[in-house]
Amino acid sequence: MHTKTLLELVQGLRSGEFSSVELTQAFLNRIMQHQHLNAYITVTEEIALENAKAADIRLSNGKAELLTGIPIAQKDIFCTLDVKTTCGSKMLDNFTAPYNATVVEKLNQAGAVMLGKLNMDEFAMGSSNETSYYGVVKNPWNTNTVPGGSSGGSAAAVAARLAVCATGTDTGGSIRQPAALCGITGLKPTYGRVSRYGMIAYASSLDQGGPMTHSAEEAAVMLQTMAGFDEKDSTSVDCPVPDYRAGLNNSLAGLKIGLPKEFFGEGLNSEVASTLEIAINEYSKLGAEIKEISMPNLKLAIPAYYVIAPAECSANLSRFDGVRYGYRCENPVDLTDLYTRSRGEGFGKEVKRRILMGTYALSAGYYDAYYIKAQKVRRLISEDFKNALGEVDVIMGPVTPTTAFGIGEKIGNPIEMYLSDIYTIAINLAGVPAMSIPAGFVAGMPVGLQIIGNYFAEDRLLNIAHQYQQVTDWHQHTPKGFE
Amino acid sequence: MSLTADDVNKIAHLARLGIDKQDVESYAKDLSGMLDLMTRMSELNTDNVEPMAHPMDQAQRLRPDVVTEQNNREKFQAIAPQVEAGLYLVPKVIE
Repeated sequence: MHTKTLLELVQGLRSGEFSSVELTQAFLNRIMQHQHLNAYITVTEEIALENAKAADIRLSNGKAELLTGIPIAQKDIFCTLDVKTTCGSKMLDNFTAPYNATVVEKLNQAGAVMLGKLNMDEFAMGSSNETSYYGVVKNPWNTNTVPGGSSGGSAAAVAARLAVCATGTDTGGSIRQPAALCGITGLKPTYGRVSRYGMIAYASSLDQGGPMTHSAEEAAVMLQTMAGFDEKDSTSVDCPVPDYRAGLNNSLAGLKIGLPKEFFGEGLNSEVASTLEIAINEYSKLGAEIKEISMPNLKLAIPAYYVIAPAECSANLSRFDGVRYGYRCENPVDLTDLYTRSRGEGFGKEVKRRILMGTYALSAGYYDAYYIKAQKVRRLISEDFKNALGEVDVIMGPVTPTTAFGIGEKIGNPIEMYLSDIYTIAINLAGVPAMSIPAGFVAGMPVGLQIIGNYFAEDRLLNIAHQYQQVTDWHQHTPKGFE
Repeated sequence: MSLTADDVNKIAHLARLGIDKQDVESYAKDLSGMLDLMTRMSELNTDNVEPMAHPMDQAQRLRPDVVTEQNNREKFQAIAPQVEAGLYLVPKVIE
């Protein structure tokens, strides 16, 4: 059952070929069997089976939605009522969420079955899943390599078929980069499209939740449920959610694709580059026009991001104070000691590095030089996107400079790790939507193609990805040992 | 631009963030590396550019001034490290 697509499973559930309880049990068994991947932090077996029973009743009443009875998993950044929600941190190892995130609530209402909570970089800060308090996740394509991050557990679980699909979040590439490294489809929606309520904040002006699936068609189904206005999120955008599956089969004839020359220069692995060239050529065959464009300010995305994201992180993470919830140090001598030691013992090294960076960038005397300067650069980067997307319909490029790197290879050098996010970060600064889709392999490891669109053009991105997936089968490959 | 161990200790204090003594030097090195990366932004002339705080440049939504939150004190305090009689307990602040 685990090799079937989401829509084949929907068919199987509706025809009575198997029940949601059977399907759920099969996935729970697979999770147990492949524990060595470390994709899950918490497996919610009881909840899953309860959800499945309820789904079977709903299916038999003919009141099912597409996701009713489908086993999915949640990134452990989403608050789940009465279920441990850690955000990959020791700080929240003892935290049981008192409410559901809106995304969780919507997926529950649709009748999806929650298998558990997925591993991630601590507070979503990392590109390799190595900063998780719960240990690194292994890439199912080669268990000596990282799955990417921060949604590494989500990507590994979907690739290894330990969940039909999963949620992820993306602040600087955290959906797209692990999707690329694990050979799955990932979509970061337009900022404001998916509610951030109950999604533990890292950098609030950049964070956005989205689906992680095998195919674009599955991403369309999941996004349909996840997206929409939410009055509980003050930055949620109140604009109608289109039918994401309606336009999947639209023709790509005349589609204008822009390739920023800044994306294909030095730093991009030559085999990854030639794999992408073949993928882009496939789009020419589908009738698209390919055009070189220039986005001169992209090169400043990393410096701007590493001011803005840590600045927002240092403010957001000040809420973890050892007083109201989360970790508290033992025997604090006074209030300052309570704050300092609780935070010092509860946070890992990468989180501390970013809090320090952000605190510095926001401190008196440096605010204009770093924070305001970075926000001005952000404006110029965002204008690069506006100009490019006035000239072409979508932008394509790499997601990552190389395929998955080795566990331990970059963790000792944070700057090198940051530089690996070079193709994904600018998108979050602008707030536009972008996808990563499987586009081939280099030496047995998956390569992702990035498709970037205009604000709220998720339907167009899904259409473009789906058309490619009709003429290629990269998204259907399964890593050895997980068939 | 490079930061010293003293700078790191000062920033850590501002953030009320305990850091291990043996890690101070490595934070100083990493943060200095990040600052070097950031100096690249000075290549770009940003005079007269409006800072962009948010992708949507939207105004904060308003809602009617009515109570919508429920009282969840017990539920929220159930996950607190130390509470007594509905109050969060911390070490004595005022002598």
